[in-house]
Amino acid sequence: MLLIPCPYCEEPRPEIEFRYGGEAHIARSADPTGLSDAALADYLYFRSNPKGWHYERWQHQSGCGRFFNAVRHTVTDRIIGTYKAGEPKPDLALYRVRAGS
Amino acid sequence: MRFSFGNLLRQARAGHTGWGPQWRDAEPKAAYDVVIIGAGGHGLATAYYLAAEHGICNIAVLEKSWLGGGNTGRNTTIIRSNYLCEESEALYEHAMKLWETLSDTLNYNVMYSPRGVLMLAHNEHDIRSLKRHIHANRLAGIDNEWLTAAQAQAFCPILNIDADLRYPVLGAALQHRGGVARHDAVAWGYARAASELGVDIIQNCEVTAIRRGTDGAVEAVETSRGRIAAKKIGVVAAGHTSVVMAMAGLRMPLESFPLQALVSEPVKPVMPCVVMSNAIHAYMSQSDKGELVIGAGTDAYVSYAQAGGLHIATHTLEAICELFPVTRRLKMLRNWGGIVDVTPDRSPIIGLTPVPGLFVNCGWGTGGFKATPGSGHVFAATLAHGVPHPIAAPFTLDRFRTGRLIDEAAAAAVSH
Repeated sequence: MLLIPCPYCEEPRPEIEFRYGGEAHIARSADPTGLSDAALADYLYFRSNPKGWHYERWQHQSGCGRFFNAVRHTVTDRIIGTYKAGEPKPDLALYRVRAGS
Repeated sequence: MRFSFGNLLRQARAGHTGWGPQWRDAEPKAAYDVVIIGAGGHGLATAYYLAAEHGICNIAVLEKSWLGGGNTGRNTTIIRSNYLCEESEALYEHAMKLWETLSDTLNYNVMYSPRGVLMLAHNEHDIRSLKRHIHANRLAGIDNEWLTAAQAQAFCPILNIDADLRYPVLGAALQHRGGVARHDAVAWGYARAASELGVDIIQNCEVTAIRRGTDGAVEAVETSRGRIAAKKIGVVAAGHTSVVMAMAGLRMPLESFPLQALVSEPVKPVMPCVVMSNAIHAYMSQSDKGELVIGAGTDAYVSYAQAGGLHIATHTLEAICELFPVTRRLKMLRNWGGIVDVTPDRSPIIGLTPVPGLFVNCGWGTGGFKATPGSGHVFAATLAHGVPHPIAAPFTLDRFRTGRLIDEAAAAAVSH
């Protein structure tokens, strides 16, 4: 089970308190009707699904109830950092320097 | 050497010293007509049918680790074809018909055992959903019948149908022709038969890049054992499909999750069939060794760790102990995870890609084993002719653009 540091509650909490929300930073188009079928399919269904660092959304469902983003490695499951919803995608290199990895 | 009664007698007289290796552990050649990435059941079946039915024998099957060591060796070996949508019924029933004669076809005992698959209903919604499946299956000529709780218990005597269960058993759908097969034997049997037809099975050979020519078509793969030229490439990489397809510059509508399974210590035969429950999320059968084989769920998040969270397995074991009180004192011997690639509509993707010469067979999610022969058969035809086999035709990658999804979410055994 993961221990996930909620950026609002500011403490690590067990995974079962959270709900996974899929890949982060997939922005809905400002003009959805103007999208081509291919672009809409990409937004709806296509995912990067990387073997490595993954930016993903979580909701602290049984805690503060709020959404935030986490950067987790999909092989080691290590969470290198979390940040509040709406904040820009952090630079992975900075995290890795701070975490010494 | 063929397996036959005569050869068995001859080998018995010679002290069983004459059995050779069952397939060649080949060295890579410089070029092949078709390169298949992934030597699991689906990839090996594809190679076998390409050689046996389409006369294309200059094939390499590349495997980054050992043959059948991915999801082929990690699943719970359940076979059934009681799907809801017509497209899926055709696909899985195609596989079912191949299962019925597979041991003869391959001259290899895959231990296909149609012992019946029982799917339990625990509430009014389950009853209606399962009955809908039964009617849909009947219309398609696929066997599936409704049992009352008492009839279900008569079919599987260790099933607990007490009315005071938290999730009581209210009835069940039974597919008699469903059952299990020996997963390793399926990989070995296809490998042996394909190897005899000249297919090179190359283990410990990880693909690191896909090279494309000036016209955009595939030319070669770079591997940990050197460059291998290929006229056509078939990607059958299950949970790692997104990673391999990214080498050709393609994004996929896939997410990879660890799906867990467990086996108990071996016991005498207690479980005559397969029992599945979608609602409380547990399924169980008994292997010929006597272990109870239990399927658990997937982790909620994308992961390539072949393990999975303990709370997922615990959740399933709680349900198993309730449904089968006889298991309560059993020890679990092993648990493990396999990385399953899940599509948004829970149906596979079989066919062409935007890259010329590159074909993909993926997205089988939590239920690919049962489809192994059918998947290989239709994918081989697709690869050989460059157009989708009629049964594979609805399962295109393009359906996510056109919107012609095949929504099997309700039919999947494992909740996603």
